Amino acid sequence: MTSVGIEAFVALSMILFIIGAMGVLLRRNAIIIFMSVELMLNATNLALAAFSRQWGNLDGQIFTFFIITVAAAEVAVGLALIVAIFRNKQSINVDDLHQMEG
Amino acid sequence: MLNLVQMVPLVVFIPAIGAIINLFWGAKLGVKGSGYVASGAAILTFIISVLLYSYLTANHGIAQVVDPLPFFDGWIRIDAVDFAVHIPWQFRVDSLTVVMLLVVTGVGSLIHIYSIGYISHDPKYGLFFAYLNMFLGFMLILVTSNNFLMMFVGWEGVGVMSFLLIGFWWDKKGEIGWQNGNAARKAMILNRIGDFGILMAIFLMFWTFGTVTYYDAGEVANTCFQLEGAGYTLPTECESEGHGEEASGEETEAASVEEGEAEHAETGSAAEEEHATGEEGEAEHGLVLSEEELDNSLFYPSQLGVFAQAERLLNLEDGEEIAWDADGNMRGRDVQLGTWTLDIKTVVTMIVLFLLLGAAGKSAQFPLLVWLPDAMAGPTPVSALMHAATMVTAGVYLLVRSNVLIDGAPEAQFIIAMVGAITALFGGIAAVGQWDIKRVLAFSTISQLGFMVAAIGVGGYVAAIFHLATHAVFKALLFLGSGSVIHGVEHGQHHVHEYGRGHDADDEHHDDEFDPQDMRNMGGLSRRMPVTYITYLMGMLALSGIPIFAGFWSKDEILAHAYERLSTGNTLESLGGIIVLATLLLAAGFTAFYMWRQMEMVFFGKARSKAASHAPESVGWMVIPLLILAIGSIFVGFINVPSGVGLSWLFPLHNFTNFLESSIPSITIEGAGGFIWLLAIVATGLAVGAIFLARSLYGHGKAIVAHDSDALGVDPLWNMGGMTRMLWSAASHRLYLDDLYHAVFLYPYERIGYFLAVVLDWRFFHDYFHNNVIHRGFNAIGTILKNPVDIGLIDGTVNGVGKLINWFSGRTRRIQTGFVRTYAIAILFGVVVVIILMVAPVFMNGS
Repeated sequence: MTSVGIEAFVALSMILFIIGAMGVLLRRNAIIIFMSVELMLNATNLALAAFSRQWGNLDGQIFTFFIITVAAAEVAVGLALIVAIFRNKQSINVDDLHQMEG
Repeated sequence: MLNLVQMVPLVVFIPAIGAIINLFWGAKLGVKGSGYVASGAAILTFIISVLLYSYLTANHGIAQVVDPLPFFDGWIRIDAVDFAVHIPWQFRVDSLTVVMLLVVTGVGSLIHIYSIGYISHDPKYGLFFAYLNMFLGFMLILVTSNNFLMMFVGWEGVGVMSFLLIGFWWDKKGEIGWQNGNAARKAMILNRIGDFGILMAIFLMFWTFGTVTYYDAGEVANTCFQLEGAGYTLPTECESEGHGEEASGEETEAASVEEGEAEHAETGSAAEEEHATGEEGEAEHGLVLSEEELDNSLFYPSQLGVFAQAERLLNLEDGEEIAWDADGNMRGRDVQLGTWTLDIKTVVTMIVLFLLLGAAGKSAQFPLLVWLPDAMAGPTPVSALMHAATMVTAGVYLLVRSNVLIDGAPEAQFIIAMVGAITALFGGIAAVGQWDIKRVLAFSTISQLGFMVAAIGVGGYVAAIFHLATHAVFKALLFLGSGSVIHGVEHGQHHVHEYGRGHDADDEHHDDEFDPQDMRNMGGLSRRMPVTYITYLMGMLALSGIPIFAGFWSKDEILAHAYERLSTGNTLESLGGIIVLATLLLAAGFTAFYMWRQMEMVFFGKARSKAASHAPESVGWMVIPLLILAIGSIFVGFINVPSGVGLSWLFPLHNFTNFLESSIPSITIEGAGGFIWLLAIVATGLAVGAIFLARSLYGHGKAIVAHDSDALGVDPLWNMGGMTRMLWSAASHRLYLDDLYHAVFLYPYERIGYFLAVVLDWRFFHDYFHNNVIHRGFNAIGTILKNPVDIGLIDGTVNGVGKLINWFSGRTRRIQTGFVRTYAIAILFGVVVVIILMVAPVFMNGS
């Protein structure tokens, strides 16, 4: 079985992370921003798993599980916030949420 | 053995306790209880005085100095490096003190008893008795003190009590209350002038002698007398002094005196032998002291009191110096006063003149006498006690006490004689023109005080004290008698109102108009008040100097002293003697005249008012002291019978002089003055003549002449017209002395006061200065502080800081946009920066 090099994993992880970051910065729909954040987290997971295999150290994989767990909790909280915002504003456009400006 | 002399502090403490009791509980005790407490205190002090007298006669009159408690020893004590002031609170018991004690407490006790009756209708009786006791205490401090400063405490104390008691009825309604208060103030102010003199004299004494003590403990005042009494051989100076001023004529009497002295000397020498065997202290015959103890040679001069020091310095020759203190310092006649160096005699003269000023204030002598007639505003017992018998004699006492100093200053003594003579005549003349029964007596007191001071001026110290004692008795009697008369007339007035017209609301008003002291409202009282009349007559005869009565002996002794001065050969003394003699004879004539005028107006003739015709005799409380004093007025003169009247079989001769000699070094028995028949006959003739003149003028119901000018009538002298009218008017205006003071002092003072108050204070300070300077200045400063400083500077700074912060924060808050993406980018950039910072070192090291 041919093994894929570490470079490929890092490249893919980078691409996914950039796609996620761009999504967070450029999109206005809160759900999409949310999904982009997930994308960034998973890009990080991929990188961690790849490096774990590369170095034969299980720390990275364990960390991945932690991130997945935290992400699940984060989704629960985040989605609840989005629902609450929608109920107030009838919108989930983040540009509408600028009450905190100075 | 309890030493009697140790009781002397009690004479001050007992009246003080009485005063405290009456001050706090007088109102609760009731008038009787209050009076009993006060009178009891006075009588106790009298008993102590008698005990002290008995002690002194048993001990050859050797004076004792008593320290009441160790605490009082340091009354005034300043211990510095180069000087020390030590003035203890010490009592002195010598014959002069005891005489004053007996006079003050004896007359004082009777007046206290009299007051129980007199003051019983006054609601302030508790206060009155407290004041009387306080006065008694202060007066006894005055006479028992052993130094000038403690004497001054008593002096001021009696002054305060005089002020309080003259103004006792300050709360009377309307004008009368004001007048009473003014009289009190007048007394106080004129006494302040005298007190200035006393203070200056004390300062000068302290500066010159370093002490203000009369005589220190163990010191003997009259060395010659004590040496003679104890039987020692007399030094030569005593012999010469003794024979220098021998009285004229009476060899046999003088010889009998000498014999008595010799006997005395024998017993003394026997005691001395006992003493020589080794016994110390008191032998059978009382205190016996050795020769060294008697002539003060155990002391350095600086350890002696004022008088002994002055005597030693005055006896020095020019330029001579004597050993002065234990450190071996020498001292001559020179006294350093700042930049001036004065001879001791000049300093002593100054001291005596200052003392005279003080005595003139307290004893109402010529320039300062105007307060005493006004002082009659007080209750009559007060007039009797303080303004006739005791307090006003304090000045005479002070001068007699300072006899050593006066003897050292003949010029000052001459001035004393002149002041006394002028006062005696002044009082005598002014008394003729008075309507107020008490004012007549007040001027009479002034006149008699003048007699005493004149006596001091001619060297008759004993005569002065003798006259003081007799005068205290008969003048107290006269004042108490006048009080009885006034009381009777007041009661008569009430009687008339109650039974004559019934109770009206107007009664009070009418009472104010009626003056119960005006002699024109009296007359015929001899029938209504027989006891008062008889006793008053006794007092009047004593005052007029009718033979046998007390005043005769004392007045005659003064005249005799003045007469003897003529033959001393000293120009100044002779001049003083002849002026005093002439003036006093004239004054004695006036005395008899105004006293008989008063008798005619008060007791004889017909009653001139309804009040007088209903006047009752006074109550027993008031009458009994009158009787006692009347008996005294007859007999008290016999305490000092002179040689040459043939009474030696009945009374010891010169008894009083003998007694006083131990404390008055300036006298000797030989100088005490024999009886001079010519003088006595002239004086008596003058008095009797004056009485007959007064009787012809005022008698037979002509005492008051009806006249258009005054509803109450006028004096017959005034009615004569011409020169007599002028003289009488002058007398009735107190010889214009009050008016003179009003014009010279009071009017300018009032003008200055008006100027200061109205012009300077009100117009200048209030209107101009306050409005223009203070008010406007304040406004100007306020404006400056408000506008540029407060609003501009302080507000500007504070507001500026606020604005700056406001502007800065306004700018910085724009960072917070509120858009989620902005924050996300910021986080991204932050992460990138952190990563670069973390990674950069790796690359740098790797390359």
